[in-house]
Amino acid sequence: MRTGPEEPAGEPPAPERVEPPVAVFGGVYSNHVALEAVLADARERGARSFYCLGDLGAFGPNPDRVFPLLLEADVGVVRGNYDDSLARGLEDCQCGYTDPRDNHFARLSYRYTYRKTSRRWKAWMAGLPAERRLELDDLSVLLCHGSPRRTNEFLWESTTSTDFLAHLAREYRADVILGTHTGIPWKRKLPGGGLFGNVGVIGRPANDGRTAVWYGLLRPGPELELVPVAYDHEGLAAEMREESLPEEFVETILTGWWTTCLEVLPARERASGRY
Amino acid sequence: MSATRLPTQRSGASAPGPAGPPPEVELEHLDALWFQVAGTVCNLRCSHCFISCAPDNDDFGFLGLEDVMAWVEEGRRLGVKEYYLTGGEPFMNRDLPAMVERILEVGPVSILTNGTLLREGDLRRMASAAERSIYSLEIRVSIDGPTPEMNDRVRGEGTFERAMEGVERLLDHGFLPIITATQVWEPERDEAVRRCFVATLRERGYEHPRLKILPSLRIGREELRSAGYDPHEWVTAQMLEGYDRGQLLCSSSRVVSDRGVHVCPILLDRPDSVLGSTLEEADRPFALSHQACYTCWLHGAICSNFGGIGEDGA
Repeated sequence: MRTGPEEPAGEPPAPERVEPPVAVFGGVYSNHVALEAVLADARERGARSFYCLGDLGAFGPNPDRVFPLLLEADVGVVRGNYDDSLARGLEDCQCGYTDPRDNHFARLSYRYTYRKTSRRWKAWMAGLPAERRLELDDLSVLLCHGSPRRTNEFLWESTTSTDFLAHLAREYRADVILGTHTGIPWKRKLPGGGLFGNVGVIGRPANDGRTAVWYGLLRPGPELELVPVAYDHEGLAAEMREESLPEEFVETILTGWWTTCLEVLPARERASGRY
Repeated sequence: MSATRLPTQRSGASAPGPAGPPPEVELEHLDALWFQVAGTVCNLRCSHCFISCAPDNDDFGFLGLEDVMAWVEEGRRLGVKEYYLTGGEPFMNRDLPAMVERILEVGPVSILTNGTLLREGDLRRMASAAERSIYSLEIRVSIDGPTPEMNDRVRGEGTFERAMEGVERLLDHGFLPIITATQVWEPERDEAVRRCFVATLRERGYEHPRLKILPSLRIGREELRSAGYDPHEWVTAQMLEGYDRGQLLCSSSRVVSDRGVHVCPILLDRPDSVLGSTLEEADRPFALSHQACYTCWLHGAICSNFGGIGEDGA
């Protein structure tokens, strides 16, 4: 039976007041090396508030290494579909692939991550909220994983009309909506001065042939700066090989091109990749 | 994707009806606005067509450019996320390239075609519009098997070769078509068919083919080919408990034809599928009172660009 990730229930908590710039990143995918590099980069650029839009595990090695780093930096975390699956012990990551090759690799990755994530952190992920609200100057900011209405909704740049984004901003009473889930960063100004941003993921490159990963710095305006961060990707690749993770995943880290989970890419995003 | 597959015992008998009142599904939001741009007119007469399209089936007529654009304007006010153009065969409507050019200015477009009427000039125009737009232009080409033997049996003599030539033409213009195949073979053969499809498409120059396998919808002409649904194959209220209704097209889409706004493209020719004459009127619940709804429930998201039948047959 199909069920979606659990959605928030009851009244949302009061918005958190934040000072600019606010660092927002998505999809850690167990890439603790990139996480450290992104936090350092954001601090250097003056960020004092840090938020993660979910999907802490998947793809990379040794998932437990991510959590202490998040706690130490006091990162506010939103629950992603992967976190939801791990916390609830579901059978898969809820990405909804039908392509057998994509499913094969998604399953390998999920089983590895499930096995290597300790019970303590699964319980911690179960308590994560599906959305967070911030106040940045006079701006109301909504942080979510896929979209405000659905944790596992893919909002790609090329398949999401501005009219739809404006509808979401109205419906959810937000000047700024930030999400992740697709893995490729993009942003769009909305009529009336609002902003939608997909901050990308820091767990793997953005299928752009570069090894850097991307995150977002939000400032009043609103203005979202999408920032590439170089990190020791070769170190991560070595650790992935030590953990016997698939060479296809390692190739992505070393080349910047996605080799798996390609089915869900729309035409335009697919055409800009190698595979 | 996984879904519960109920045991099927094919009886061939006509269905007596569901046990209780059919459950209703509300439109959560109008994400996808579909246009029946060529009505039920098609240059082919496929034996599995669920709305029995054919060269002489003009039950539903063409939509004109300005009509479509007026609907698009109404859709924009409601926050439509993406637009789909279907038929019949959409390329029979000579306004299609102009529709694509204009809609791509405001949102993503998907075209569902049989791939046999792809004219060079049209493709050039559409490729150029796609290049200028920030949105994707998806082209889904229906081919029902990786060989002429499998495909032509359903779609007609010579259609495999013509559709494959269409795919090559699309590739030449920079498109990455989604090959959409209806499962007209035994489910056990899914993986073999998929592998053969990939190999065949690679031979034609499609290095990383995008392939979507759909279940057949046992209504329209397909009812005669496959003996229709079994008597128990209805959606009940109980089956929707704990089920993600977002998987059902009727929770997120409506279809415009020359007769009004319909609940979904599958049930187009059923009288109760017309929900209104404006998009706002058509924003009302729909009772899942058709056996085709069972297929949608079982497989989920069958009409959207992603999803379909996966490796587990669900």
